[in-house]
Amino acid sequence: MSAPRFSAGPAPHMPPQTTVASIMRQVLYALLPGIAAHAWFFGPGILVQITLASGFALGFEALMLKLRNKPLALFLGDYSAVVTGVLFALCIPPLAPWWIALVAMGFAIVLAKHLYGGLGHNVFNPAMVGYVVVLVSFPREMTQWLPPVSIADFTPSLGATLKAVFTGILPAAQSWDAITQATPLDMLKTGIEGGRTVPEIRQSPLFGDFGGLGWEWIANWYLLGGLYLLYRRIISWQVPVALIGTVVALSLPAYLLDPANNPVPLQHVFSGALVLGAFFIATDPVSGCTSAKGRLWFGAGVGIITLIIRRWGGYPDGIAFGVLLMNMAAPLIDRYTKPRAYGR
Amino acid sequence: MQGDPARLTRDAGQHLHRFHGGLRLRHNKQISCRDPVVRPPLPQRLVVPLQQHLGSPLDPVVQAGDKVLKGQLIGQAADNFEPPVHAPTSGTVTAIETRGMAHPSRRPGPCVVIAPDGADRWCALEPVSDWQIATPKALQRAIGAAGIVGLGGAVFPTRRKAEFSRWAEVHTLIINGAECEPYISCDEMLMREQPEAIVLGARILQRACGAERTVIAIEDQMGAVSKALAGAIREAGDERLSLVRIPAIYPEGGERQLIEVLTGQQVPDGGLPADLGLACQNVATAAAVATAVTEGKPLIERYVTVTGNGIAHPRNLLALVGTPVSQLFELSGGLTPDAARIVVGGPMMGYALAADDEPVVKASNCILVLSREDIAPVQEEMPCIRCGECARVCPARLLPQQLHWDIVNGQWEDAENDALSACIECGCCDYVCPSHIPLVSWFRFGKDEIRRQHDERRLADHARSRFEAREARLARLQQEHSARIARRKRDLQDEARQKRRIAAAIERAEASQAGTGEEDDA
Repeated sequence: MSAPRFSAGPAPHMPPQTTVASIMRQVLYALLPGIAAHAWFFGPGILVQITLASGFALGFEALMLKLRNKPLALFLGDYSAVVTGVLFALCIPPLAPWWIALVAMGFAIVLAKHLYGGLGHNVFNPAMVGYVVVLVSFPREMTQWLPPVSIADFTPSLGATLKAVFTGILPAAQSWDAITQATPLDMLKTGIEGGRTVPEIRQSPLFGDFGGLGWEWIANWYLLGGLYLLYRRIISWQVPVALIGTVVALSLPAYLLDPANNPVPLQHVFSGALVLGAFFIATDPVSGCTSAKGRLWFGAGVGIITLIIRRWGGYPDGIAFGVLLMNMAAPLIDRYTKPRAYGR
Repeated sequence: MQGDPARLTRDAGQHLHRFHGGLRLRHNKQISCRDPVVRPPLPQRLVVPLQQHLGSPLDPVVQAGDKVLKGQLIGQAADNFEPPVHAPTSGTVTAIETRGMAHPSRRPGPCVVIAPDGADRWCALEPVSDWQIATPKALQRAIGAAGIVGLGGAVFPTRRKAEFSRWAEVHTLIINGAECEPYISCDEMLMREQPEAIVLGARILQRACGAERTVIAIEDQMGAVSKALAGAIREAGDERLSLVRIPAIYPEGGERQLIEVLTGQQVPDGGLPADLGLACQNVATAAAVATAVTEGKPLIERYVTVTGNGIAHPRNLLALVGTPVSQLFELSGGLTPDAARIVVGGPMMGYALAADDEPVVKASNCILVLSREDIAPVQEEMPCIRCGECARVCPARLLPQQLHWDIVNGQWEDAENDALSACIECGCCDYVCPSHIPLVSWFRFGKDEIRRQHDERRLADHARSRFEAREARLARLQQEHSARIARRKRDLQDEARQKRRIAAAIERAEASQAGTGEEDDA
């Protein structure tokens, strides 16, 4: 009766039920509505980019895991590379050439993730590192945005999209200059610098009710996805609330004082990647802050930097740079925002 | 927390506060509460460890071959300060063995093995005649003689706690019935079946600790318990007792968290509840105190929950100390085919047993048998992704991921500064970690390593101070020696002094010849 057929092990004796893969999968599910809206408004290009970026990300991840002698199935199966690929793909033009995703994912996975130590050790958000590298290196390809389907003269079909992405050749009678157009944020920036007022600029058909046409709806769906993640406790409320709150708090006085040169706060919130950034990018746990107070500072910092770049910087949208700069500050913020332990 | 801290602690239980973090776990208690508690029949042999308390092992006062009566003293400390151990039933001592103690460390210690004679005869009992007029000191002595220790799991000697509480002028006694770990239901059954004993024990402890009032805390989910206890309090008619129901968020039954819920105050780091004027005792301890003081019976048995998916018929039993766990399994329908791990305690903080011949000890509140499915790992351990869930649920407001990082990298000073000592090892952080990192194991290792370093440093400091003292002494001797030599040299140059010295020496010689024998130190 005393044969040791009973296993031993440390407390607690009930293994946790959440896994890294389950968290990453929830993030992907939360992105689905936004992705569907994106495809609805701008065509199938985004789906091609997502597939490319995820594929390259997984490929580079497998390569690096092999080189570092880590178990492949465990780390490939945690979906973190897929999340990096998808978030990157959501930031780039739908007709970007295939090698954009390749270069970006190379920098993201190999450099920003594995050379820093792999999962859990990256200092910078890998998707944003990849995005910024290709944004700075290939400005032409990264600014070939399509207008929304409803107002475009020509929207490529899936076949034409694939051809454009892989070979750079557009269907006959189309040219890159003809089918691409600036984004609403682009238009706002060049317009204000050119001396036009915001209400004038907003007359353009590219603008919707409060954000960019199409973009505002996509942002709505990202917002829904973000609220779902909050409900499931995958992310905590501090970063999104601080980010969006800071953007509104700073752009509101600017708008009230000078409506000619400053857009409505809601325009800021529902343009570009702000909602996506607030709920999905700046909430990356590894490269962000860990304490609750730290996360508030982190979100606020990203909001401030984004506004500064949008208003005075050289790029129309500043979320990516904001996130990377705050990634740098995260360890310091963490150091000064440690919670007070029980009894101390 | 708003309000004057002193008043908040005096008003313990009037308002409920919340502690940080915690988990809402599935209780799984009702499966073991369906049947009334029974006493198992006497086993073939009882193995009674001589250390069942927080302290050092006791010395046996019996030897192999002795006949003992039920409740007879079989082990006590040389200085009579540690709580003694008594024979659970009448019979013969067959041996004094050394075996692994019922503790996660499995450190070997002495055990008294008794073969019951079936008569179950009590020795002479000496109850306290009237506890209401007995002095607190007499009550404390009775509690100590009965070998009563904290039955909530910490097994701290109850007499010492009572003595210290009186010395520290504790004003409120808290009786802890908030059994928070899943599966464990021994306290619940005790509260349902013997509420009068608990209330009586609470009143006796109140007197022994010098407290002005007592708060009995139970979980808000314990409906039947609440009725039973409220009735017993009413019958006792003691206005200083009150019953409080607190939300069932694990680990609200932990002493520090319970105090925070009842008073909104935190026990200072490195301090004790007595610093706030509070003392905590478990309900089972209170019941044992009632039995010891009013009936003179020492602590030899306790309610044990036998439960889990690996047990066919979970239930609670009133088991004698020293009963092998295997007998408890037999009375609970036996093990199921997929029983895989025996845990003493609950699933969050209990420790695993290697075999089922281990004895029940004073600390055994629950024997939990988990099935293979219960303990099957869900994912291999992955690196920390800094999600922060651990910090969100930590009742001690720590940053487990930071502590983990510090310990893995051997940064012991950082670990101490990050309040590793405040960790109560409740397992909440472990339970929510998506990377499945064994955080509590790391923290135990870290605490141990820090303690070892402190001990080494203390020994090194001691050795150094001894060395320095020795060096100083040698230097001083050397100096005195040189001073003496220098003086002698000087003296040799001084003629007058020389003459005086020769005269003194002649005198001395004459004196000693005359027989006075005076000593002189030149």
